[in-house]
Amino acid sequence: MTDLVPLLAGAVAGERRALARLLTAIEGGADGVRELIPSLFAASRGAHLVGITGPPGSGKSTLVNALATVWRRRGRRVGILAVDPSSPFTGGAIMGDRIRMMEHAGDLDVFVRSMASRGELGGLAGTTWIAAAVLDAAGYDPVVVETVGAGQSEVEIARLAETTVVVEVPEMGDEVQAIKAGLLEVADVIVVNKGDRPGAELAARQLRAMLSSVGGRITRQPPAILTTTALDGAGVDALADAIDAHRAAARAPDQAMQRARNQLRRAAAEIGVRAATAHPEWEELVEAVAERRVDPVTAAERLVGLRS
Amino acid sequence: MTENERTTPIRVLIAKPGLDGHDRGAKVLARGLRDEGFEVIYTGLRQTPEMIADAAEQEDVDVIGMSILSGAHMTLLPRVAELCRERGMDDVLIAAGGIIPDADVTKLKAIGIGEVFGPGTSIGQIARYFREHARRSA
Ligand SMILES: Nc1nc2c(ncn2[C@@H]2O[C@H](COP(=O)(O)OP(=O)(O)OP(=O)(O)O)[C@@H](O)[C@H]2O)c(=O)[nH]1
Ligand SMILES: [Mg+2]
Repeated sequence: MTDLVPLLAGAVAGERRALARLLTAIEGGADGVRELIPSLFAASRGAHLVGITGPPGSGKSTLVNALATVWRRRGRRVGILAVDPSSPFTGGAIMGDRIRMMEHAGDLDVFVRSMASRGELGGLAGTTWIAAAVLDAAGYDPVVVETVGAGQSEVEIARLAETTVVVEVPEMGDEVQAIKAGLLEVADVIVVNKGDRPGAELAARQLRAMLSSVGGRITRQPPAILTTTALDGAGVDALADAIDAHRAAARAPDQAMQRARNQLRRAAAEIGVRAATAHPEWEELVEAVAERRVDPVTAAERLVGLRS
Repeated sequence: MTENERTTPIRVLIAKPGLDGHDRGAKVLARGLRDEGFEVIYTGLRQTPEMIADAAEQEDVDVIGMSILSGAHMTLLPRVAELCRERGMDDVLIAAGGIIPDADVTKLKAIGIGEVFGPGTSIGQIARYFREHARRSA
């Protein structure tokens, strides 16, 4: 077993190899990760956690690359976690986000790490945010997490970020209505990327009109809507401004409480499931539920110790 | 940890050093290895040894696989091996694919390149070699 404490110390001291190995340990759920978490969170330097999500191919990685250029110019050290899905059949993955970020190869102040989702049910968000905390402790700020915007786990990652950027393309057309609910739920900033293509401004206007006409009670600040061309950097300074500006809003007490609530809910759910499945009576109760001798809710309550 | 106990996928960096050509072969290999259960980090064309070593370090890969067509293999491949050693990545398996004369293959193996796969090597063979020779534990 690798001792993780020296790895954390090394990462905090700026050793890239230690940082990389610690990320591997966290990703793999190595022994010792659980014990490391308190010191890991204590070592936080308060990095801005930024989630970048959106449909496949919308230009997220290219945009992260362009944002990193702007942030580097502003003297920031940028940590990037690029998450790609694992194949549910083989467990393998191809992670190609790095190709779009080669502009920063050789810059020691940009750290890019590719992570496969590894298909753990709901585990992705947990692991990713521990990894983000490591980059924070290592002195990277902002820490950016890129995920493909499909599926529940990605929405959850977005919920755990302080600032979530949703990247769309001009051709979204009829999807606008479908996107609406999801967007409102998670987006702090909406980007219409590929601004060099026809219809980008129109799409941005439609989004603005749509979001301003939403009925009901909205507790969130409506998202900023911007247009970028990630390939040549047009609009990316303004996007970096919008992200940086949102940091303060994200740290207002009510937002911080909301995020803490989400973090706790996720951790509690994970711990609850782990406790239940590790319970000596798990198999017995599974059988009992299968044979309808007990209902699943009562069984679950017993497994987490709410009922004897 | 022994081989059989390894619970996480082997991480492989696939890169194409040198200035030449296309990356069709490298992409086919990347997909093939994905289908064999590897986690493949694909970094594309025109990589310098420094870029490859940087990426391998950040990604903490178990294997670096380089596809090389140009005649520059005797400078590029040793340089990658040297950079890996300098950075304490002695345990990273380095392999190359391409048309490389036998005499050079012998020299490359002597300086830390694990294996050189000639044209026509199947992805299954490469996968087996990686599984057998990649470092074991995280
Ligand atoms: N025309 C145009 N193409 C762009 C722009 N930004 C990105 N692209 C292209 O869109 C394609 C996908 O870009 P990526 O950055 O890989 O997109 P992504 O959202 O990260 O993709 P996944 O991670 O696979 O979901 C690439 O061919 C980019 O060159 C842009 O502003 N304009
Ligand atoms: Mg991407």
